[in-house]
Amino acid sequence: MSDHNQNSNDNSILKKPMTRRDVLRLAGSGGLGLLLGGSTFGLFAAQNNRKTKAANATGTTDNQVPFYGQHQAGIITPAQNFICFAAFDVTASGSSSLQKLFRTWTAAAAAMAEGKQVGEESTNHNLPPVDTGESVGLNPSRLTITFGAGPSLFDDRFGLSGKRPPSFKDLPAFNGEQLEPQWCGGDIGVQVCADDMQVAFHAVRNLARMARGTAVLRWVQEGFQRSTQADPSGSTPRNLLGFKDGTANPAVTSAQDMNKVVWAQGSDGAAWMGGGSYMAVRRIRMRIEVWDRSSLKDQEDTFGRYRGSGAPLGAKNEFDAVDLNAKDEKGNPHIPADSHVALAKGDGSIQILRRSYSYSGGMDLKTGQLDAGLLFISYQRDLFKQFVTMQQKLAKSDRLNEYTLHVGSAVFACFPGVSNGGYIGDTLF
Amino acid sequence: MRYNVILPTGVLVASLLFSGCGQKEDANADSTPAAPASTETSTTASAADFNAAIEQYRTFAVEQCDLFVKETEKFTNAVKAGNLDEAKKLYAPARAYYERIEPVAEALGDLDPNIDARVNDVDAADWRGFHRIEKALWEDKTTTGQEGYADQLLKDAQLLRAKIETIDIDASLMVTGAVELLNEVSSSKVTGEEELYSHTDLYDFAANVEGASKIFEILKPELAKKDADLEKEIGERFATLKQELDAFKKGDGYVDYTELKDDQIRKLSQNLDALAEPLSNMGKILGV
Ligand code: HEM
Repeated sequence: MSDHNQNSNDNSILKKPMTRRDVLRLAGSGGLGLLLGGSTFGLFAAQNNRKTKAANATGTTDNQVPFYGQHQAGIITPAQNFICFAAFDVTASGSSSLQKLFRTWTAAAAAMAEGKQVGEESTNHNLPPVDTGESVGLNPSRLTITFGAGPSLFDDRFGLSGKRPPSFKDLPAFNGEQLEPQWCGGDIGVQVCADDMQVAFHAVRNLARMARGTAVLRWVQEGFQRSTQADPSGSTPRNLLGFKDGTANPAVTSAQDMNKVVWAQGSDGAAWMGGGSYMAVRRIRMRIEVWDRSSLKDQEDTFGRYRGSGAPLGAKNEFDAVDLNAKDEKGNPHIPADSHVALAKGDGSIQILRRSYSYSGGMDLKTGQLDAGLLFISYQRDLFKQFVTMQQKLAKSDRLNEYTLHVGSAVFACFPGVSNGGYIGDTLF
Repeated sequence: MRYNVILPTGVLVASLLFSGCGQKEDANADSTPAAPASTETSTTASAADFNAAIEQYRTFAVEQCDLFVKETEKFTNAVKAGNLDEAKKLYAPARAYYERIEPVAEALGDLDPNIDARVNDVDAADWRGFHRIEKALWEDKTTTGQEGYADQLLKDAQLLRAKIETIDIDASLMVTGAVELLNEVSSSKVTGEEELYSHTDLYDFAANVEGASKIFEILKPELAKKDADLEKEIGERFATLKQELDAFKKGDGYVDYTELKDDQIRKLSQNLDALAEPLSNMGKILGV
């Protein structure tokens, strides 16, 4: 397939026998793009897969993403089909109970990433089973569990007040948002992603169960994107407004880019966060009914891209460069200055890594309308320099605001990766 | 858990045996408990280890049951005398004695629905007991027409008292019963569904927790031998939950459920789950 044809210095993958799934996965994340004429994105995606594959080759199988490593999994990992996001509040106090929880969670997360049950199986008929059991017999489904600390964790309860990174605090208020407390905040954020919803749910459920008496759920949101079964070619997924979403994400295969955009550096002000990343989560409700009544032209002008191809207005292909200066024959910019892409891109100096999922909360009982939207998640090296600067601009003038409403918000300092024998957040204590 | 879904706790059901003499309504409260009809239902540690604990619990259950009959009689007398305010005052405190030993009572077949069914738990024609009268007192604001239900209720309470002597209590009934009591709370009391008209759910909440706590206290020494950390953890979480509940005390009882704010309810529920989780591992004392 495509990857066999490409010129690459790193052809280690070619020496390894490939399973059908490998091929599918390579194709699934952009490899096919190469076959169809190639694009930088496709190349990055294919390279990324090779990297993942290399990591997986260290004693694991291809539906496993290793839990231990330099960085936490689930950040630059190609997005799985499903998410189950859980925010927790810690009810116990004292650093030792928090550390105990993190240790317990680490062991469980590492086991689940390998498709194992949590804890040791017990056959004692007088006790409830240790694992809740619904993932028995299922493969790991590329499960990743990514942990982060909210700003509130750095108050005086755990002796961590001195550890809060200077650039990490609650977000400022943005124009037009209507935040609902039940979708906001949390002492700890846990992003669980998997190619199977039952596997993802199982993880959240068992983490919550282990936390009883130490931490309680604050909010939970499930999300989805098109599945790899539905789109084996792995083209860019579409969000619920029907547009390809993720096209202009930075290349996760470039360590240099990731160090610039995503990974906090030890020298940034908090040594313990070196190799971690700051996550912004926004639950953004879409006014689906209103959007569905707007013309195709309005929709495309809203984003600054064509709905069908995902190409920038005025360009041809999805991965063509976004040129904000390109003009039509009348001298008007192809991409409206207040379109989502124009504002989000700006001069291109600020980037973030988006890893969002669609959500559906069923029906809004008040209006009878669908409660659906985007569980926006982005990772960045500096929350304020990147996400906040961008969102301030978007909140003020983005055309998209007519069709969206930010109802939930949280930020988490996602810990650096855990080495075998360590535990999540161990650099904090 | 309501009586109609109690079957999943097979251990509990299996461990109960009824003797045929339970119909006597005026069992002597002072009589020594009947010898267990059978001990072979237990797959667990030798029964002898728990004899003292079982006797302690039996004494407690009988005690609660005596008080239950006594207080229920006061309540039904008030209903029959047409004393609405007095009846409303006596309602929740009388029920508390029942709620403390509910799993034991639930094991006695028809008695629980007759005493404690909520409006949709049984066919309309069969509905009787506390909640039937509760509806009259709070919703219809009258005692009129409740005399028959009142008489029946007292009889059912007395029948429970008679039958309780005959229950074969074993350690596994106690262990599952304690968790059962907390499950009761989390499925109906903490949601305000138990006391639809009187909103006295917190009385039941507290009583269920007290009932579970009693079992824990009795089994504590045995548990401490098996798993001291677990014993300590459960103890601490009982204390946290009780403290949480105490904040809602009012006079001799508790505030109306409708006075609770959503976040207070959630916190109560979370503290309950935090307790029930380790408590569900108390079965460790039973061996494998
Ligand atoms: C419901 C809300 C949102 C929707 C439906 C949405 C959708 C899209 C779409 C369709 C694109 C074009 C394709 C692509 O490059 O991925 C895009 C680009 C982008 N969006 Fe959003 N987005 C939303 C919210 C946000 C938010 C809150 C931010 C950040 C604060 C953001 C940042 C970006 C960035 C940085 C780009 C790439 C711009 C470029 O460099 O071309 N988006 N978004």
